[in-house]
Amino acid sequence: MPEIRNYTLNFGPQHPAAHGVLRMILEMDGEVVQRADPHIGLLHRATEKLAESKPYNQSIGYMDRLDYVSMMCNEHGYLLAMEKLLGIEVPQRAQYIRVMFDEITRLLNHLLWIGAHGLDVGAMTMFLYAFREREDLMDMYEAVSGARLHATYYRPGGVARDLPDSMPQYRASKWHSKKEVDKLNDNRSGSLLDFIEDFTARFPTYVDEYETLLTDNRIWKQRLVDIGIVTPERALQLGFTGPMLRGSGIEWDLRKKQPYEVYDKMDFDIPVGTNGDSYDRYLIRMEEMRQSNRIIKQCVDWLRVNDGPIQTEDHKVCPPKREAMKADMESLIHHFKLFTEGFCLPEGEAYGAVEHPKGEFGVYLISDGANKPYRLKIRAPGFAHLSSINEMTRGHMLSDVVAVIGTQDIVFGEIDR
Amino acid sequence: MKLLKHYIKSFLFLELLKGMSVTGRYLFARKITVQYPEEKTPMSPRFRGLHAQRRYANGEERCIACKLCEAVCPALAITIDVTERDDGTRRTSRYDIDLFKCIYCGFCEEACPVDAIVETEIFEYHFENRGENIMTKDKLLAIGDKYEVQIAAAKAADAPYR
Repeated sequence: MPEIRNYTLNFGPQHPAAHGVLRMILEMDGEVVQRADPHIGLLHRATEKLAESKPYNQSIGYMDRLDYVSMMCNEHGYLLAMEKLLGIEVPQRAQYIRVMFDEITRLLNHLLWIGAHGLDVGAMTMFLYAFREREDLMDMYEAVSGARLHATYYRPGGVARDLPDSMPQYRASKWHSKKEVDKLNDNRSGSLLDFIEDFTARFPTYVDEYETLLTDNRIWKQRLVDIGIVTPERALQLGFTGPMLRGSGIEWDLRKKQPYEVYDKMDFDIPVGTNGDSYDRYLIRMEEMRQSNRIIKQCVDWLRVNDGPIQTEDHKVCPPKREAMKADMESLIHHFKLFTEGFCLPEGEAYGAVEHPKGEFGVYLISDGANKPYRLKIRAPGFAHLSSINEMTRGHMLSDVVAVIGTQDIVFGEIDR
Repeated sequence: MKLLKHYIKSFLFLELLKGMSVTGRYLFARKITVQYPEEKTPMSPRFRGLHAQRRYANGEERCIACKLCEAVCPALAITIDVTERDDGTRRTSRYDIDLFKCIYCGFCEEACPVDAIVETEIFEYHFENRGENIMTKDKLLAIGDKYEVQIAAAKAADAPYR
């Protein structure tokens, strides 16, 4: 009998199911994976090193580009570390805005995840439904920051600008008559908060639709149930966070365990899985979307009745208002100092972590007292998840590798940074 | 009994039919498609697209070559050279933005003390030759002149928040 040897399969980096630039070397025995070896670094942009060469406030835009589907959460992690060292207080309104946009970001991330995961596993339509909702969410991004993806909206000591009082409208064209356009503009007639509230009212039914399409679907279940099981002990040892850890049955969520901003005032639940398989993680992310929706609603209600500043009054950190800058010498000096030199952080170290849609996103900052970081270390949740892929896929079929990549919610921007 | 129920359910394709009823409903629902080139999605006045340089109403260029935008640009996309004009005012002799480097963060606009450099609502543009990615001062001013009405309206709408 001839000897049959394992063969090696190159998975990616151009494979459409490889989520960006993941290259995996799979050692296969027939169709069963013996060993999976992820090769990373194809999207390395040296964000950590880059941050060492520019003033603190200039790196915010680069944080967006780490995990490019949950932009504002990345900024938040970076700013938490910075604000810890600076020791400044963020105004309440800014904290609520931040929490609201963190949760909008979570929806954006999970919607892309459900779309891409569905696509990988064979549920084509999910992608279209998820992107319909993402369109509204990105309009919210655009309304506050001016960019649909890379917002650069959070600032040390607050957020860049207050929420707008009006939303941009659709305009009539030869394709859509005035009457049709008016219907489209229905929820855009008020302020951004009205638009968001309208969305939160609609969103639970959308999640119900996704669940009707997927949760009980036999193909979906065949592809996900009992795939990539991680025991709670192993999940802890591997450094899992976020839905990956909660899927294994460990109740750990930074929003509850070490609340930052105003999460301690929010009313929401943490879903926890039981089996630690891909299907549980799917259910958890669906439930997280509902919970995020609840948090957004609470923030909208608070923001409606409470006005106030959205940045600290400390002009060593936050630029003064433009009117003041144009009329007042001292403000102009602050403006010039801030945009040329930035600001100096006191000597020391700080770690700021947020509950990112994918897990714990942390930034460790070492300052030597200058206006740029001495060292910036980014703790990306995806990195720990990807490094367990060998363990999660071993013994599974080749097609399950795709399901496991999907369930890990891999985004290469943060893994390679 | 539970097993029996399970068998009946799986033979009747219940969950598949339920899923198909969702997609079937959308087959007849009002379409939300936007016919892109002819029709555009709404755009916020804060939108950060292609750059432009503005002029004052009397035709004088706003930029005074203070170099704040050059200093604040995280991507080092802006290059400025300064000269003194015959009337003694300080102006740029060169103002280049490399659009390949630019990350559209909007810091230049935020930093500019005279509202000279702005980011417009233009997002559909292309290059045909090498080197066209460098927006020179002339090009920036030309865009500013062409779209001044639109720019002024957007800036006015956003002014209360800045």
